[in-house]
Amino acid sequence: MVASDRKYTKDHEWVLAEGESATVGVTEYAAHELGDVVFLELPEVGTVVAQGEAVGTIETVKSVEDLFSPVGGEVIAVNEAVLDAPETVNQDPLEAGWLFKVRIEDRSEMDELLSADDYDALIGG
Amino acid sequence: MPYTPHTAEDIREMLDVLGLETVDDLFRSLPAAVRPPAGLDLPPSLSEEEVWRVMSNLAALNAGQDELVSFLGGGVYDAAIPAAVDAVVSRSEFLTAYTPYQPEVSQGTLQVIYEWQTFVTRLTGLPVANASMYDGSTALVEGVRMALGRTGRDAVVLPAALNPRHRRVLETNLASEGVTILTAPAAAAGTTDPAALRALLDGRVGAVVIQNPNHLGLIEPVDALAAAARDAGALVVASVNPVSLSLLKTPAEYGAAVATGEAQPFGVPCGWGGPLLGFLSCSDELKRLIPGRVVGRTVDHDGREGYVLTLQTREQHIRREKATSNICSNQGLNMARGTVYLALLGAEGLRELGEANRVRCEALRAILRGIAGVELPFDGPVFNEFVVRLPRPAREFRAFAREQGLLAGIPLDGFAGCGPGDLLVAVTERRTADEIERYGSALRDFLEP
Amino acid sequence: MSHERQGATPARWGADLQTSLFAKGRAGRRATTMPAWRGDDVDTALPAGALRAAPADLPSLSELEVLRHYTLLSNLNHHIERGLYPLGSCTMKYNPRLNEKVAALSGFASLHPEQDEADLQGLLCALKLLQDALCEITGFAACSLQPAAGAHGEYLGMQVIRARHLDRGESGRTEVLIPDSAHGTNPASVVLTGMKPRTLKSGPDGRLDLDALRAAVGPQTAGIMITNPNTLGLFESDIVEVARIVHAAGGLLYMDGANLNAILGKAKPALMGFDVVHLNLHKTFSTPHGGGGPGAGPICVTEELARFLPAPVIREDGGVYRLDACAGECRPSVHAYLGNTGVCLRALTYILRLGGDGLTRVSERAVLNANYLRKRLEGLLTVEHADGTLHEFIATGADWKERFGVRTLDVAKRMLDYGIHAPTIYFPLIVDEAIMIEPTETESKETLDRFVEVVAAIRAEAERDPDLLRSAPHTTPVSRLDEAAAARRPDLSWLGPCNCG
Repeated sequence: MVASDRKYTKDHEWVLAEGESATVGVTEYAAHELGDVVFLELPEVGTVVAQGEAVGTIETVKSVEDLFSPVGGEVIAVNEAVLDAPETVNQDPLEAGWLFKVRIEDRSEMDELLSADDYDALIGG
Repeated sequence: MPYTPHTAEDIREMLDVLGLETVDDLFRSLPAAVRPPAGLDLPPSLSEEEVWRVMSNLAALNAGQDELVSFLGGGVYDAAIPAAVDAVVSRSEFLTAYTPYQPEVSQGTLQVIYEWQTFVTRLTGLPVANASMYDGSTALVEGVRMALGRTGRDAVVLPAALNPRHRRVLETNLASEGVTILTAPAAAAGTTDPAALRALLDGRVGAVVIQNPNHLGLIEPVDALAAAARDAGALVVASVNPVSLSLLKTPAEYGAAVATGEAQPFGVPCGWGGPLLGFLSCSDELKRLIPGRVVGRTVDHDGREGYVLTLQTREQHIRREKATSNICSNQGLNMARGTVYLALLGAEGLRELGEANRVRCEALRAILRGIAGVELPFDGPVFNEFVVRLPRPAREFRAFAREQGLLAGIPLDGFAGCGPGDLLVAVTERRTADEIERYGSALRDFLEP
Repeated sequence: MSHERQGATPARWGADLQTSLFAKGRAGRRATTMPAWRGDDVDTALPAGALRAAPADLPSLSELEVLRHYTLLSNLNHHIERGLYPLGSCTMKYNPRLNEKVAALSGFASLHPEQDEADLQGLLCALKLLQDALCEITGFAACSLQPAAGAHGEYLGMQVIRARHLDRGESGRTEVLIPDSAHGTNPASVVLTGMKPRTLKSGPDGRLDLDALRAAVGPQTAGIMITNPNTLGLFESDIVEVARIVHAAGGLLYMDGANLNAILGKAKPALMGFDVVHLNLHKTFSTPHGGGGPGAGPICVTEELARFLPAPVIREDGGVYRLDACAGECRPSVHAYLGNTGVCLRALTYILRLGGDGLTRVSERAVLNANYLRKRLEGLLTVEHADGTLHEFIATGADWKERFGVRTLDVAKRMLDYGIHAPTIYFPLIVDEAIMIEPTETESKETLDRFVEVVAAIRAEAERDPDLLRSAPHTTPVSRLDEAAAARRPDLSWLGPCNCG
């Protein structure tokens, strides 16, 4: 059963609402399926992103996957530590492996995301 | 039937296992419409001896730089190749090995690539190099792509005295990508005018190409040109003759972001222009944009040092339509030639190579300056190539000299303000004092009234 | 290690790793020296501002030290003259030594590309012979030898197609259809020419889906890029209908000729309805892979498209050859000169040696070998789309994964212990745990039988002791390498100072 304190997307990202902003990362399932993460491209602080827009990439030795923003708004923080140590995403995808924070423009977009139960069902948990 | 081991018995046994009557049964899925009714209309197979005769007769109809004395350059040069280079690359282990996708059985190839990368970084001063490119022209295209990709801009400035073949390849490639090509004019001295370059640089220009030495053989004012680029937020992409890097300022020293060039003189035969050996190196900042193959050092599960292809996610077989380049290979064996050549040269040999080119070049220039009616139109310093201006058409002298067994140079008529009397002359370490004298005599004879 | 391994037993590879060249050497050691200058003294000084601050720090070794270094490195490589390389789609056939002898002839190797035609008559005749032969083999009218690799040929081919549409005022034709089984260079080549790739899903039988194709073509269609036989090793039997559909919509057909080894003398791309094909001389035509190159990717085109090929064009008139610069015409240029001439000469040598009859036998035996191997592997490996196998076939490791918990990667690594290079793995993307096997025609029945024994042995190991595969290879000079570390913290060149020894 996945962490119930947050919401999820069908692209295997988790979204943790904290006041005005949402913190985004990839799920344990994603980290496990991807394998060793070797490189990340994250959006720049200040960029305005839309819900569902591809804003970065996550790379393993043999693959590149897009990262999407689950909500629209301004990127207010990016996890620099994970850029220097991408293996953090594999070691601790839910806490130290957070990727970026977005100031939520339209709160109703959060309602469109998957609940923990929905995501659990998606990954056959 | 050459090269296949199958006897009639082998074929019969194999067809029996398959439960088939004839080999034709295997091609059932080919519809009649696509089959050539009479097979291939090509001559029947020849024995090795017969093929050897045909090909050696064809070779004998040519006259190359082993029998003629060559002063031809323009990007590819008559360089000496040590016998040890051929010995190493003719080994099946290097010749017939595939791309090192299974690193555990390819450490030979991988380490040679890593050594090549290291040589290129030391020659150019830029810290990251790839496993080579098809040739200098396509390497330059990739360099420009990297610079434009990094800056997000869509215009590039090329010097007027850029190798015209490289220019044509750039035009073909960049036109499809919506890139605007601007040209920085040359000053009267034949080198790129830094003030004229500045005037061209606006917020749209993301890349400035510096060719050093340029196609007229002249050493460019690289610091001034690079400063102009830097001030405008454009990246410098250098195109250099790597032999000149024995002596000349490195691309890193003038702040280039990418260094490219044609490394054919490092152990690769001219071969009528191919296969060649492009090289590319870049700043650390750009390393994830570098095209082509890259080898990295790592450790195996038992802690042994080893080498692997790395940063593979840049490549087209993974990025597919998001790839920034479609290059799928390197020049493998030619890169191995280059590596062995440089290993045989060493630091002292490289310095000597540079000096050997310089002295022979200046010796010919001194002789030519002494011939009435002949001019060296550009005063600036050169490495091993320069322009000579004749009072009669250069093409005529070329033909005249050819009769005497000399390949006199490349006519420059129409290039960067040059006229019909202008000839591009290269002098490499292979030229002897006698041959250089002969050039002078041939020119005197040609000009005699 | 110098003879082909007998029987299915792994054996230790007897070769030592070497320190980097840059850690060897001593200041003062020399190998190559320059000929002394025996002419008059001249001033060679250059302005200080033009010079590099410090000489390049390169290792200094004697000639013997250099030769030992590279000889010992060579011992760490698998290569064709050591053993089997059943890499699907790579056509790792024997690289005839005759090719090397011919390419090394001074009359070819020492030619400078700026020489006059009069000095090149033998070369131009040879290149024209090659062009004509490639046209006969493919059924086309004109050929360019300029592309230096297969992907380079794709790029030029796409430029030709685009040029033709622009020439007819049809600039809206910007979409190129590409099957989902295609090699990654296909969409990349399309994008670089400013066009847009559009994926076509393959049908359940692994071939093109005609309904999907009909739905996808329209006035926006520039063309379609097809590999035939396709990357699953199957012939696109409906190709004539495919061509009709695409042509009717105003598009052109491009053939990726990577798999030509299956159909030499048996089928011609022009008869299939293609307009352009690229050939891989380093696959079908036996030129050596050289550890990753140089190859050559010439293209052949219809008469209509000939005028969009690069200049110069080789012309023959009464036995005299010349280079037509096509002055005044706007021709593309993808290489500084006319391509990888040395590679072309090797391919010509091969074609002359084999002749028309021999080339046809090449495909017959390549296809026979692949089918025989596929049949003998029944029960050991699950082959996808076995019906219609030509020169290569694809197995899926999915059932081994389920039964034994070993992936295709593990099987491939264990094969290395048996002296066989692993087949192509994880391509094409549409087959799960793919293993693509192409033996080529130059392998004997005994070699193929041994391969089957090796697969059987590995399967038994997978059942008995799957960890043996998961931690393989065990006998090679290095074991599995940490690729994640190599990508996270790239170490791409030797950083220490030279000649400290």
